Amino acid sequence: MRLAILTDIHANREAFSAVLADLSGRGIDRLVLLGDLVGYGPDPEYCTDKAADLVAKGAIALRGNHDAAVRLADPTFSTTALLALTWTRPRLSAAQGNFLADLPMQAMLDDLLFTHASPQDPADWIYVTSVARAVGAFGATRQRVIFCGHVHVPQLYAMDRGGSVHALDHPTGQPLPLLTSRRWLAVVGAVGQPRDGHAQAGYAIYDMATADLTFRRVPYDVALTATKIRQAGLPEALAQRLLTGGRS
Amino acid sequence: MKRLQPQQGLQIDGFTLGEKLHQGGFATIWDVTHPAQELPMVMKIPTLLDGYDGPTIVGFEVEQMIMPRLRGPHVPGVIATGDFATLPYIVVERIAGGSLYPRFRAAPLPLADLVAMAAGMAAALHAVHQQGVIHFDLKPDNFLQRPSGEMVLIDYGLSRHESLPDLLAEEFTIPMGTFPYIAPEQYLRQRKDLRSDIYALGAMIYELATGGMPFGVPATLKQVRKRLWRDPVPPRLLRPDLPEWLQEVILRAMEVDPAQRYQSAAQLLYDLNHPVQVRLTARARRQVVQSWGQIWRKWRRMRGVTSLGDPSPMGAQIARAPILLVAVDLSPDQEALSRALLTSVRRMLVIEPEARVACVNVIKVSRIGLDPTTDAEGNNLHVSRLLGLRTWAEGLDMPEGMLTFTVLEGVDPGQVLIDHAANLHVDHILMGARGHSGTRRYLGSVSAQVVAEAACSVTVIRLPATREAPALVITAEGWR
Repeated sequence: MRLAILTDIHANREAFSAVLADLSGRGIDRLVLLGDLVGYGPDPEYCTDKAADLVAKGAIALRGNHDAAVRLADPTFSTTALLALTWTRPRLSAAQGNFLADLPMQAMLDDLLFTHASPQDPADWIYVTSVARAVGAFGATRQRVIFCGHVHVPQLYAMDRGGSVHALDHPTGQPLPLLTSRRWLAVVGAVGQPRDGHAQAGYAIYDMATADLTFRRVPYDVALTATKIRQAGLPEALAQRLLTGGRS
Repeated sequence: MKRLQPQQGLQIDGFTLGEKLHQGGFATIWDVTHPAQELPMVMKIPTLLDGYDGPTIVGFEVEQMIMPRLRGPHVPGVIATGDFATLPYIVVERIAGGSLYPRFRAAPLPLADLVAMAAGMAAALHAVHQQGVIHFDLKPDNFLQRPSGEMVLIDYGLSRHESLPDLLAEEFTIPMGTFPYIAPEQYLRQRKDLRSDIYALGAMIYELATGGMPFGVPATLKQVRKRLWRDPVPPRLLRPDLPEWLQEVILRAMEVDPAQRYQSAAQLLYDLNHPVQVRLTARARRQVVQSWGQIWRKWRRMRGVTSLGDPSPMGAQIARAPILLVAVDLSPDQEALSRALLTSVRRMLVIEPEARVACVNVIKVSRIGLDPTTDAEGNNLHVSRLLGLRTWAEGLDMPEGMLTFTVLEGVDPGQVLIDHAANLHVDHILMGARGHSGTRRYLGSVSAQVVAEAACSVTVIRLPATREAPALVITAEGWR
């Protein structure tokens, strides 16, 4: 079974559509959405509906911190995130709000675990940005491979047979075998708001038969999304972030 | 699950272990059979110590990662890999011929044999490099020879794939490799340069040529380090009948600075294929052992060095040292075309200064061996074509050693060019097309055939179509 793993769509319709188009010709059997369907971007209604539609067709979708914040205030939000959230809330119908609030926090499939942030205390939304955080994540589950998002920068960690965890370089666009001799943690790059300096939507494909993982990047109409953000009156920083791929 | 112990008769994943073929330091090799496989196969099983045996495990993981990705006759075909939870293994096709190890023990070899063997090793290495893999552990045991003569490179436990994570990089703090052949930058723990393999290949050719390893068998890392400032004894001092060109090839491959070596295995192979045209430098004529004074001066320069070379990404490294084949038409009526071809080659050399240029002319014969080889005046056709090529290439203004000249003949000139390009591992063919008449379009031209069938890039140079100029009218008043 081949999975397409998407995360941090952040109400970016153009990026979401570009990724769905890209994966349509790649023999994908099941979609996994790791959360943060909304927040920051100008199309929360569309992205929520699209996700609900995909879930009806068999996709797995999880709750991210921005999805949760639609109903439950999150004191850790930055000013920009809060402005975007305040803008987003009234746009979502009760049904859309319920859909987001009812999403599960994690899911499992064979030896895979899916979460939005680190599986270590899921409700604390811990960013896996270092070897130390990856060690914590591995410790929180017995599953062999962990997929998470939340960081907006693709990353790969491996725990070797001796138990040490390493951050590894990974290619883009080429399959990488997640050897069965190790445990792995893949931080999937964001669809709707990349922060690694590349303004292309990120996602990943995982082939459960061969254990091959491929990080992919897909170009989309960034300028259009940025224009929509400005027209909606959302903070200019959010438009800039998309245009630069989050390079500061 | 409990880990299995390999032994004859053991069954795993449908494979049955037969005879133990080899017991190495880190792994055992077994003959195996499988009901669904007719191909002769061997299984390699790492020998794991009790507890966590990092180096062996990681080396084996690297092989499991890299080997299934490699293709072609120069690597063993992978049939299956096994899980560490039960029994880690890798099953590959059994190569009927043995390793080159016995041939190395018989060194020094006759010149023709050693050149053929060196060329075989270089071709295999280039095939692996082209797939983005640096081997990092070249030694005689790791080259097998198929009955067809093709060399197969095995054991990828220290290798690096340019687009896969380097699991070994963080795992080890000491240099890895086989001491007699290891490149100086590999000693410095650099794991990015394909030219490290060129160095090891040079050290192996040195051994084939002289019967001795260039630095003996170092037992300690301190002894390995000496190759940063000690030069190997010039091969011709040990074996005076070796030609200067071969000493040039060996010592160039073994330069301490990777930038001074061959930049790709294909370039080394190219020189082995064109011995009389190898550009000889002081390396070729070196006839004395480095003096203590020279060693001391070089030691002072090198002792603090912590890194060598600055390799570009692998693909770029291979592309930076391309082999261009230029097919030159020397017919008198094609002078304008051959000038245009010259201009194109010159332009290309501006952006590819490290390119080798193989200038080729093809004599079309109706049947090989039956055509006259002299022209009407009795001049040897080959010699005159060779002179023609050299004269044409003077316009390139290139150092002699970067150019070679070859006159080929054949019934089918297009096929001759395609085969020659494949033999030389050419990256790019440049050739002219004679006009574009309807006849050529329908009956096919040499250039069209080469474009269609060559395994590399092909650029076809064509003169701009000349339109009929309006006739000038001459009148009593002059031009009008």
